[in-house]
Amino acid sequence: MLKNRIIPCLDVKNGRVVKGINFVDLKDAGDPVEQAKIYSDGGADEICFLDITASNENRDTIYDVVDKTSKKCFVPLTVGGGVRSVEDINKLLNCGADKVSINTSAVQNPEVVVESSKKFGSQCIVVAIDAKKNSEKWEIFTHGGRNNTGIDAIEFAKKMEDSGAGELLVTSMDRDGTQVGYDIDLMSKISSKVNIPVIASGGVGNLDHLVDGIKLGHASAVLAASIFHYGKYSVKEAKEYLDSKGIPVRI
Amino acid sequence: MNVTIVDYNSGNISSVINSFKEVAKDKVNIEVTSDLNKIKSSDKVVLPGQGSFKSCVDALNNIKGLVDTLNEFAVSNKKPLLGICVGLQMFADIGYEETETKGLGWISGKVSKIDNQNGKFKLPHIGWNQINIVKDSKIFKDIENNSHMYFVHSYEFIPNDKSVISGTTDYSSNIVCSVEKENIFGTQFHPEKSDKTGLKIIDNFISL
Repeated sequence: MLKNRIIPCLDVKNGRVVKGINFVDLKDAGDPVEQAKIYSDGGADEICFLDITASNENRDTIYDVVDKTSKKCFVPLTVGGGVRSVEDINKLLNCGADKVSINTSAVQNPEVVVESSKKFGSQCIVVAIDAKKNSEKWEIFTHGGRNNTGIDAIEFAKKMEDSGAGELLVTSMDRDGTQVGYDIDLMSKISSKVNIPVIASGGVGNLDHLVDGIKLGHASAVLAASIFHYGKYSVKEAKEYLDSKGIPVRI
Repeated sequence: MNVTIVDYNSGNISSVINSFKEVAKDKVNIEVTSDLNKIKSSDKVVLPGQGSFKSCVDALNNIKGLVDTLNEFAVSNKKPLLGICVGLQMFADIGYEETETKGLGWISGKVSKIDNQNGKFKLPHIGWNQINIVKDSKIFKDIENNSHMYFVHSYEFIPNDKSVISGTTDYSSNIVCSVEKENIFGTQFHPEKSDKTGLKIIDNFISL
Protein backbone atom coordinates (compact mmCIF):
# COMPACT_ATOMS: atom_id res chain seq x y z
CA MET A 1 0.00 0.00 0.00
CA LEU A 2 1.25 3.46 -0.91
CA LYS A 3 2.13 5.48 2.17
CA ASN A 4 1.30 9.09 2.85
CA ARG A 5 4.43 11.17 2.93
CA ILE A 6 5.70 13.63 5.49
CA ILE A 7 7.92 16.31 4.00
CA PRO A 8 9.82 18.73 6.22
CA CYS A 9 10.65 21.95 4.43
CA LEU A 10 13.69 24.12 5.07
CA ASP A 11 13.84 27.77 4.09
CA VAL A 12 17.28 28.54 2.74
CA LYS A 13 18.66 32.03 2.22
CA ASN A 14 22.12 32.73 0.82
CA GLY A 15 22.95 29.08 1.44
CA ARG A 16 21.92 29.15 5.09
CA VAL A 17 18.86 27.82 6.89
CA VAL A 18 16.68 30.68 8.02
CA LYS A 19 14.57 28.93 10.60
CA GLY A 20 16.46 25.92 11.80
CA ILE A 21 15.90 22.99 14.09
CA ASN A 22 16.45 24.08 17.62
CA PHE A 23 18.76 21.27 18.63
CA VAL A 24 21.51 22.01 21.06
CA ASP A 25 23.87 19.39 19.74
CA LEU A 26 23.97 20.84 16.25
CA LYS A 27 27.43 21.89 15.23
CA ASP A 28 26.11 24.47 12.86
CA ALA A 29 22.40 25.21 13.12
CA GLY A 30 22.47 27.22 9.90
CA ASP A 31 23.84 24.44 7.75
CA PRO A 32 21.09 23.13 5.47
CA VAL A 33 23.03 19.96 4.71
CA GLU A 34 23.27 18.99 8.35
CA GLN A 35 19.62 19.79 8.98
CA ALA A 36 18.48 17.80 5.97
CA LYS A 37 20.52 14.86 7.19
CA ILE A 38 18.81 15.01 10.60
CA TYR A 39 15.45 14.93 8.88
CA SER A 40 16.29 12.03 6.59
CA ASP A 41 17.81 10.03 9.44
CA GLY A 42 14.64 10.74 11.39
CA GLY A 43 12.47 9.16 8.74
CA ALA A 44 11.47 12.10 6.53
CA ASP A 45 10.00 10.72 3.31
CA GLU A 46 11.36 13.61 1.33
CA ILE A 47 13.24 16.81 1.98
CA CYS A 48 12.18 20.14 0.57
CA PHE A 49 14.37 23.22 0.24
CA LEU A 50 12.73 26.52 -0.44
CA ASP A 51 15.32 29.01 -1.62
CA ILE A 52 14.32 32.48 -0.51
CA THR A 53 17.55 34.19 -1.53
CA ALA A 54 16.56 37.62 -2.69
CA SER A 55 19.61 38.93 -4.48
CA ASN A 56 20.67 37.55 -7.82
CA GLU A 57 24.37 37.48 -7.00
CA ASN A 58 23.79 34.96 -4.20
CA ARG A 59 21.44 32.71 -6.15
CA ASP A 60 24.16 30.20 -6.96
CA THR A 61 24.50 29.31 -3.28
CA ILE A 62 21.54 26.93 -3.56
CA TYR A 63 23.37 24.78 -6.13
CA ASP A 64 26.17 24.11 -3.70
CA VAL A 65 23.67 23.26 -0.93
CA VAL A 66 21.80 20.83 -3.20
CA ASP A 67 25.02 19.22 -4.37
CA LYS A 68 26.25 18.60 -0.83
CA THR A 69 22.87 17.42 0.46
CA SER A 70 22.35 14.94 -2.34
CA LYS A 71 25.65 13.30 -1.46
CA LYS A 72 24.47 12.71 2.11
CA CYS A 73 20.71 12.19 1.95
CA PHE A 74 19.31 9.28 0.02
CA VAL A 75 15.66 10.22 0.04
CA PRO A 76 14.03 12.44 -2.60
CA LEU A 77 15.04 16.07 -2.55
CA THR A 78 12.73 18.77 -3.86
CA VAL A 79 14.03 22.26 -4.48
CA GLY A 80 11.99 25.38 -5.20
CA GLY A 81 12.18 29.12 -5.06
CA GLY A 82 13.23 31.42 -7.87
CA VAL A 83 13.11 28.73 -10.55
CA ARG A 84 12.56 30.64 -13.76
CA SER A 85 13.59 28.58 -16.73
CA VAL A 86 14.22 25.13 -18.12
CA GLU A 87 17.92 25.90 -17.67
CA ASP A 88 17.42 26.62 -13.94
CA ILE A 89 15.67 23.26 -13.61
CA ASN A 90 18.43 21.51 -15.50
CA LYS A 91 21.06 23.01 -13.20
CA LEU A 92 19.22 21.97 -10.03
CA LEU A 93 18.69 18.43 -11.32
CA ASN A 94 22.34 18.17 -12.29
CA CYS A 95 23.33 19.22 -8.78
CA GLY A 96 21.30 16.33 -7.37
CA ALA A 97 17.75 17.62 -6.88
CA ASP A 98 15.19 14.93 -7.68
CA LYS A 99 12.30 17.31 -8.19
CA VAL A 100 12.06 20.99 -8.83
CA SER A 101 9.11 23.07 -7.80
CA ILE A 102 8.05 25.94 -10.02
CA ASN A 103 5.84 28.73 -8.80
CA THR A 104 5.78 32.22 -10.32
CA SER A 105 7.16 31.20 -13.68
CA ALA A 106 4.52 28.44 -14.06
CA VAL A 107 1.88 31.15 -13.82
CA GLN A 108 3.63 33.69 -16.01
CA ASN A 109 4.77 31.20 -18.58
CA PRO A 110 3.07 27.77 -18.39
CA GLU A 111 5.26 26.68 -21.32
CA VAL A 112 8.07 26.18 -18.78
CA VAL A 113 6.01 23.35 -17.28
CA VAL A 114 5.20 21.85 -20.67
CA GLU A 115 8.77 22.04 -21.86
CA SER A 116 10.47 20.89 -18.67
CA SER A 117 8.14 17.94 -18.11
CA LYS A 118 8.82 16.80 -21.68
CA LYS A 119 12.54 17.23 -21.28
CA PHE A 120 13.04 15.80 -17.78
CA GLY A 121 9.83 13.82 -17.21
CA SER A 122 6.76 14.75 -15.17
CA GLN A 123 8.18 12.92 -12.16
CA CYS A 124 10.54 15.78 -11.39
CA ILE A 125 8.21 18.71 -12.06
CA VAL A 126 6.24 19.99 -9.09
CA VAL A 127 4.06 23.05 -9.56
CA ALA A 128 3.72 25.15 -6.42
CA ILE A 129 0.37 26.88 -6.14
CA ASP A 130 0.07 29.72 -3.62
CA ALA A 131 -3.60 30.49 -3.18
CA LYS A 132 -5.64 32.90 -1.14
CA LYS A 133 -9.38 32.87 -0.60
CA ASN A 134 -11.34 35.69 -2.15
CA SER A 135 -15.05 35.32 -1.31
CA GLU A 136 -16.07 31.97 -2.84
CA LYS A 137 -12.94 31.18 -4.81
CA TRP A 138 -9.22 30.91 -4.36
CA GLU A 139 -6.85 33.06 -6.35
CA ILE A 140 -3.24 32.42 -7.30
CA PHE A 141 -0.56 34.63 -5.81
CA THR A 142 2.95 34.84 -7.20
CA HIS A 143 6.30 36.38 -6.19
CA GLY A 144 6.26 34.76 -2.77
CA GLY A 145 2.65 35.74 -2.16
CA ARG A 146 2.99 39.42 -3.04
CA ASN A 147 1.13 39.59 -6.36
CA ASN A 148 -2.49 38.62 -6.85
CA THR A 149 -3.03 37.31 -10.35
CA GLY A 150 -6.80 36.85 -10.02
CA ILE A 151 -6.38 33.38 -11.58
CA ASP A 152 -8.70 30.70 -10.15
CA ALA A 153 -6.51 28.25 -8.24
CA ILE A 154 -8.61 25.17 -8.91
CA GLU A 155 -8.77 25.73 -12.65
CA PHE A 156 -5.08 26.50 -12.66
CA ALA A 157 -4.37 23.23 -10.85
CA LYS A 158 -6.14 21.32 -13.61
CA LYS A 159 -4.26 23.27 -16.25
CA MET A 160 -0.94 22.42 -14.62
CA GLU A 161 -1.84 18.73 -14.57
CA ASP A 162 -2.61 18.93 -18.28
CA SER A 163 0.67 20.80 -18.86
CA GLY A 164 2.66 17.88 -17.44
CA ALA A 165 3.15 18.61 -13.74
CA GLY A 166 3.81 15.41 -11.79
CA GLU A 167 2.63 16.80 -8.45
CA LEU A 168 1.07 19.94 -7.03
CA LEU A 169 2.34 21.65 -3.90
CA VAL A 170 -0.62 23.64 -2.67
CA THR A 171 -0.05 26.38 -0.09
CA SER A 172 -2.80 28.39 1.50
CA MET A 173 -1.52 31.96 1.84
CA ASP A 174 -4.22 32.63 4.40
CA ARG A 175 -2.91 29.88 6.63
CA ASP A 176 0.82 30.05 5.98
CA GLY A 177 2.64 30.88 9.21
CA THR A 178 -0.56 30.92 11.29
CA GLN A 179 -0.25 27.39 12.73
CA VAL A 180 -4.06 27.00 12.69
CA GLY A 181 -4.08 24.15 10.19
CA TYR A 182 -4.26 23.62 6.42
CA ASP A 183 -7.05 25.14 4.37
CA ILE A 184 -8.83 21.78 4.09
CA ASP A 185 -11.48 23.07 1.73
CA LEU A 186 -8.86 24.23 -0.77
CA MET A 187 -6.86 21.00 -0.51
CA SER A 188 -9.83 18.71 -1.00
CA LYS A 189 -11.21 20.75 -3.90
CA ILE A 190 -7.91 20.63 -5.76
CA SER A 191 -7.28 17.01 -4.86
CA SER A 192 -10.65 15.92 -6.24
CA LYS A 193 -10.14 18.01 -9.39
CA VAL A 194 -6.82 16.49 -10.43
CA ASN A 195 -5.49 12.95 -10.79
CA ILE A 196 -1.94 13.76 -9.74
CA PRO A 197 -0.76 13.77 -6.13
CA VAL A 198 -1.33 16.90 -4.04
CA ILE A 199 1.06 18.00 -1.31
CA ALA A 200 -0.65 20.11 1.34
CA SER A 201 1.22 23.08 2.77
CA GLY A 202 0.70 26.15 4.88
CA GLY A 203 -0.60 26.44 8.42
CA VAL A 204 0.48 23.33 10.33
CA GLY A 205 0.64 23.92 14.08
CA ASN A 206 0.12 20.45 15.49
CA LEU A 207 0.00 16.83 14.47
CA ASP A 208 -3.78 16.72 14.11
CA HIS A 209 -3.40 19.21 11.28
CA LEU A 210 -1.30 16.66 9.41
CA VAL A 211 -4.01 14.05 9.96
CA ASP A 212 -6.67 16.46 8.67
CA GLY A 213 -4.62 17.31 5.59
CA ILE A 214 -4.64 13.65 4.60
CA LYS A 215 -8.02 12.47 5.87
CA LEU A 216 -10.10 15.53 5.03
CA GLY A 217 -7.94 17.34 2.49
CA HIS A 218 -7.16 14.07 0.64
CA ALA A 219 -3.53 15.12 0.22
CA SER A 220 -1.03 12.41 -0.71
CA ALA A 221 1.68 14.16 1.25
CA VAL A 222 1.91 16.80 3.94
CA LEU A 223 4.57 19.45 4.10
CA ALA A 224 5.43 21.34 7.24
CA ALA A 225 8.17 23.69 8.32
CA SER A 226 7.98 25.30 11.72
CA ILE A 227 6.59 22.38 13.76
CA PHE A 228 9.73 20.46 12.85
CA HIS A 229 12.14 23.39 12.86
CA TYR A 230 11.67 24.37 16.41
CA GLY A 231 11.79 20.82 17.67
CA LYS A 232 8.14 20.90 18.72
CA TYR A 233 7.74 17.51 17.09
CA SER A 234 10.17 15.20 15.41
CA VAL A 235 9.37 13.57 12.10
CA LYS A 236 9.29 10.26 13.93
CA GLU A 237 6.68 11.50 16.41
CA ALA A 238 4.59 12.84 13.56
CA LYS A 239 4.69 9.47 11.82
CA GLU A 240 3.81 7.53 14.93
CA TYR A 241 0.88 9.86 15.50
CA LEU A 242 -0.41 9.45 11.95
CA ASP A 243 0.00 5.71 12.29
CA SER A 244 -2.06 5.74 15.50
CA LYS A 245 -4.81 7.52 13.55
CA GLY A 246 -4.88 4.79 10.94
CA ILE A 247 -3.00 6.70 8.25
CA PRO A 248 -0.53 4.56 6.32
CA VAL A 249 3.00 5.88 6.82
CA ARG A 250 6.48 4.47 6.37
CA ILE A 251 7.80 3.56 9.78
CA MET B 1 36.21 -3.76 -10.07
CA ASN B 2 34.54 -1.31 -12.42
CA VAL B 3 30.85 -0.51 -12.33
CA THR B 4 29.62 1.66 -15.17
CA ILE B 5 26.54 3.84 -14.98
CA VAL B 6 25.44 4.41 -18.55
CA ASP B 7 25.13 8.13 -19.22
CA TYR B 8 22.93 8.40 -22.31
CA ASN B 9 21.06 11.67 -21.63
CA SER B 10 18.15 9.86 -20.04
CA GLY B 11 17.38 12.66 -17.65
CA ASN B 12 18.60 13.20 -14.17
CA ILE B 13 21.11 10.59 -13.04
CA SER B 14 22.94 12.51 -10.32
CA SER B 15 21.15 10.66 -7.55
CA VAL B 16 22.10 7.32 -9.07
CA ILE B 17 25.72 8.44 -9.29
CA ASN B 18 25.76 9.77 -5.72
CA SER B 19 24.26 6.63 -4.23
CA PHE B 20 26.59 4.25 -6.07
CA LYS B 21 29.60 6.34 -5.05
CA GLU B 22 28.39 6.36 -1.46
CA VAL B 23 28.13 2.57 -1.43
CA ALA B 24 31.27 1.91 -3.45
CA LYS B 25 33.48 4.17 -1.32
CA ASP B 26 37.03 3.37 -2.43
CA LYS B 27 36.48 -0.34 -2.96
CA VAL B 28 34.87 -0.14 -6.37
CA ASN B 29 35.45 2.22 -9.24
CA ILE B 30 32.27 3.91 -10.47
CA GLU B 31 32.38 5.16 -14.05
CA VAL B 32 29.72 7.38 -15.57
CA THR B 33 30.00 7.23 -19.31
CA SER B 34 28.55 6.35 -22.68
CA ASP B 35 31.96 5.30 -23.98
CA LEU B 36 31.41 1.92 -25.63
CA ASN B 37 34.85 0.54 -24.81
CA LYS B 38 34.54 1.46 -21.17
CA ILE B 39 31.15 -0.24 -21.00
CA LYS B 40 32.54 -3.36 -22.69
CA SER B 41 35.43 -3.63 -20.27
CA SER B 42 33.46 -2.97 -17.11
CA ASP B 43 32.38 -5.69 -14.72
CA LYS B 44 28.86 -4.45 -14.13
CA VAL B 45 26.55 -2.00 -15.80
CA VAL B 46 23.77 0.16 -14.42
CA LEU B 47 21.12 1.37 -16.83
CA PRO B 48 19.15 4.24 -15.30
CA GLY B 49 16.18 5.85 -17.01
CA GLN B 50 13.89 8.79 -16.40
CA GLY B 51 11.23 10.39 -18.49
CA SER B 52 9.22 8.38 -20.97
CA PHE B 53 9.89 4.91 -22.39
CA LYS B 54 10.12 6.46 -25.83
CA SER B 55 12.51 9.25 -24.82
CA CYS B 56 14.83 6.74 -23.13
CA VAL B 57 14.81 4.31 -26.07
CA ASP B 58 15.43 7.23 -28.44
CA ALA B 59 18.29 8.43 -26.25
CA LEU B 60 19.87 4.94 -26.29
CA ASN B 61 19.55 4.76 -30.07
CA ASN B 62 21.05 8.22 -30.47
CA ILE B 63 24.39 6.94 -29.29
CA LYS B 64 25.79 4.90 -32.13
CA GLY B 65 26.58 1.33 -31.15
CA LEU B 66 25.27 1.65 -27.60
CA VAL B 67 22.39 -0.82 -27.95
CA ASP B 68 24.71 -3.37 -29.61
CA THR B 69 27.25 -2.89 -26.84
CA LEU B 70 24.63 -3.40 -24.16
CA ASN B 71 23.31 -6.48 -25.96
CA GLU B 72 26.79 -7.90 -26.09
CA PHE B 73 27.37 -7.11 -22.41
CA ALA B 74 24.12 -8.44 -21.00
CA VAL B 75 22.90 -11.02 -23.51
CA SER B 76 26.01 -12.52 -25.12
CA ASN B 77 28.51 -12.13 -22.28
CA LYS B 78 25.93 -12.45 -19.53
CA LYS B 79 27.54 -9.87 -17.29
CA PRO B 80 25.49 -8.34 -14.47
CA LEU B 81 23.28 -5.42 -15.44
CA LEU B 82 20.85 -3.47 -13.29
CA GLY B 83 18.07 -1.43 -14.86
CA ILE B 84 16.38 1.22 -12.73
CA CYS B 85 12.88 2.56 -13.41
CA VAL B 86 12.63 3.13 -17.18
CA GLY B 87 15.97 1.29 -17.34
CA LEU B 88 14.05 -1.81 -16.22
CA GLN B 89 11.07 -1.06 -18.45
CA MET B 90 13.29 -1.01 -21.53
CA PHE B 91 14.04 -4.73 -21.02
CA ALA B 92 10.58 -5.30 -22.54
CA ASP B 93 9.80 -5.97 -26.21
CA ILE B 94 7.51 -3.00 -26.47
CA GLY B 95 6.33 0.09 -24.60
CA TYR B 96 3.16 2.12 -25.06
CA GLU B 97 4.11 5.47 -23.49
CA GLU B 98 3.60 8.38 -25.94
CA THR B 99 3.59 5.97 -28.85
CA GLU B 100 4.32 2.31 -29.50
CA THR B 101 8.08 1.91 -29.14
CA LYS B 102 10.31 -1.11 -29.45
CA GLY B 103 12.34 -1.95 -26.33
CA LEU B 104 15.53 -3.96 -25.90
CA GLY B 105 13.62 -7.24 -25.88
CA TRP B 106 15.73 -8.87 -23.17
CA ILE B 107 12.75 -9.96 -21.12
CA SER B 108 9.73 -10.65 -23.22
CA GLY B 109 6.73 -8.51 -22.29
CA LYS B 110 5.20 -5.07 -22.56
CA VAL B 111 5.11 -1.77 -20.69
CA SER B 112 1.70 -0.19 -20.36
CA LYS B 113 -0.04 2.42 -18.26
CA ILE B 114 -1.08 1.48 -14.74
CA ASP B 115 -4.84 1.01 -14.57
CA ASN B 116 -5.92 3.86 -12.28
CA GLN B 117 -9.45 2.41 -12.00
CA ASN B 118 -11.17 5.52 -13.32
CA GLY B 119 -9.22 7.98 -11.24
CA LYS B 120 -9.37 5.99 -8.01
CA PHE B 121 -5.60 5.83 -7.98
CA LYS B 122 -3.53 8.93 -8.64
CA LEU B 123 -0.84 8.75 -11.27
CA PRO B 124 2.12 8.96 -11.18
CA HIS B 125 2.44 6.37 -8.45
CA ILE B 126 4.69 8.58 -6.30
CA GLY B 127 6.04 7.79 -2.89
CA TRP B 128 6.98 4.96 -0.57
CA ASN B 129 5.37 1.61 -1.05
CA GLN B 130 6.13 -1.82 0.34
CA ILE B 131 7.59 -4.53 -1.80
CA ASN B 132 6.43 -8.09 -1.72
CA ILE B 133 9.39 -10.33 -2.43
CA VAL B 134 8.06 -13.25 -4.47
CA LYS B 135 11.29 -15.04 -5.22
CA ASP B 136 14.83 -15.07 -3.96
CA SER B 137 16.82 -12.48 -5.78
CA LYS B 138 20.52 -11.83 -5.28
CA ILE B 139 19.88 -8.11 -4.98
CA PHE B 140 17.43 -8.73 -2.11
CA LYS B 141 20.02 -10.36 0.13
CA ASP B 142 19.32 -9.21 3.71
CA ILE B 143 16.34 -7.16 2.54
CA GLU B 144 13.23 -7.88 4.56
CA ASN B 145 9.95 -8.63 2.91
CA ASN B 146 7.59 -5.61 2.98
CA SER B 147 10.47 -3.15 3.00
CA HIS B 148 9.58 0.34 1.81
CA MET B 149 10.94 1.61 -1.48
CA TYR B 150 10.51 4.91 -3.29
CA PHE B 151 8.51 4.80 -6.54
CA VAL B 152 7.80 7.36 -9.26
CA HIS B 153 6.12 5.99 -12.36
CA SER B 154 2.87 5.77 -14.31
CA TYR B 155 3.72 2.75 -16.44
CA GLU B 156 4.31 -0.85 -15.44
CA PHE B 157 6.30 -3.70 -16.91
CA ILE B 158 4.24 -6.82 -17.60
CA PRO B 159 6.56 -9.71 -18.44
CA ASN B 160 5.15 -12.75 -20.27
CA ASP B 161 7.12 -15.21 -18.21
CA LYS B 162 6.07 -14.55 -14.61
CA SER B 163 9.04 -16.50 -13.25
CA VAL B 164 11.31 -13.52 -13.84
CA ILE B 165 9.35 -11.46 -11.29
CA SER B 166 11.19 -11.14 -7.99
CA GLY B 167 8.99 -8.53 -6.34
CA THR B 168 5.64 -6.81 -6.65
CA THR B 169 4.03 -3.81 -5.05
CA ASP B 170 0.37 -3.11 -4.45
CA TYR B 171 -0.98 -0.07 -6.27
CA SER B 172 -4.26 -0.58 -8.05
CA SER B 173 -3.07 -4.12 -8.71
CA ASN B 174 0.07 -6.14 -8.04
CA ILE B 175 2.63 -4.19 -10.01
CA VAL B 176 5.93 -5.77 -10.95
CA CYS B 177 8.57 -3.87 -9.02
CA SER B 178 11.63 -6.02 -9.60
CA VAL B 179 12.85 -8.71 -11.96
CA GLU B 180 15.75 -11.09 -12.17
CA LYS B 181 16.57 -13.12 -15.23
CA GLU B 182 19.96 -14.79 -14.93
CA ASN B 183 22.41 -11.86 -14.98
CA ILE B 184 19.78 -9.20 -15.70
CA PHE B 185 18.28 -7.32 -12.75
CA GLY B 186 15.80 -4.52 -12.66
CA THR B 187 13.90 -2.42 -10.16
CA GLN B 188 10.90 -0.26 -10.91
CA PHE B 189 11.52 1.60 -7.67
CA HIS B 190 14.49 3.86 -7.07
CA PRO B 191 17.02 2.18 -4.78
CA GLU B 192 19.10 5.36 -4.96
CA LYS B 193 16.26 7.26 -3.26
CA SER B 194 15.11 4.52 -0.90
CA ASP B 195 17.27 5.39 2.06
CA LYS B 196 19.31 2.67 3.78
CA THR B 197 17.36 -0.27 2.36
CA GLY B 198 17.87 1.11 -1.14
CA LEU B 199 21.59 1.52 -0.57
CA LYS B 200 21.71 -2.10 0.62
CA ILE B 201 20.23 -3.22 -2.70
CA ILE B 202 22.90 -1.22 -4.53
CA ASP B 203 25.51 -2.82 -2.28
CA ASN B 204 24.10 -6.26 -3.10
CA PHE B 205 24.39 -5.54 -6.83
CA ILE B 206 27.91 -4.20 -6.53
CA SER B 207 28.88 -7.23 -4.43
CA LEU B 208 27.54 -9.83 -6.89
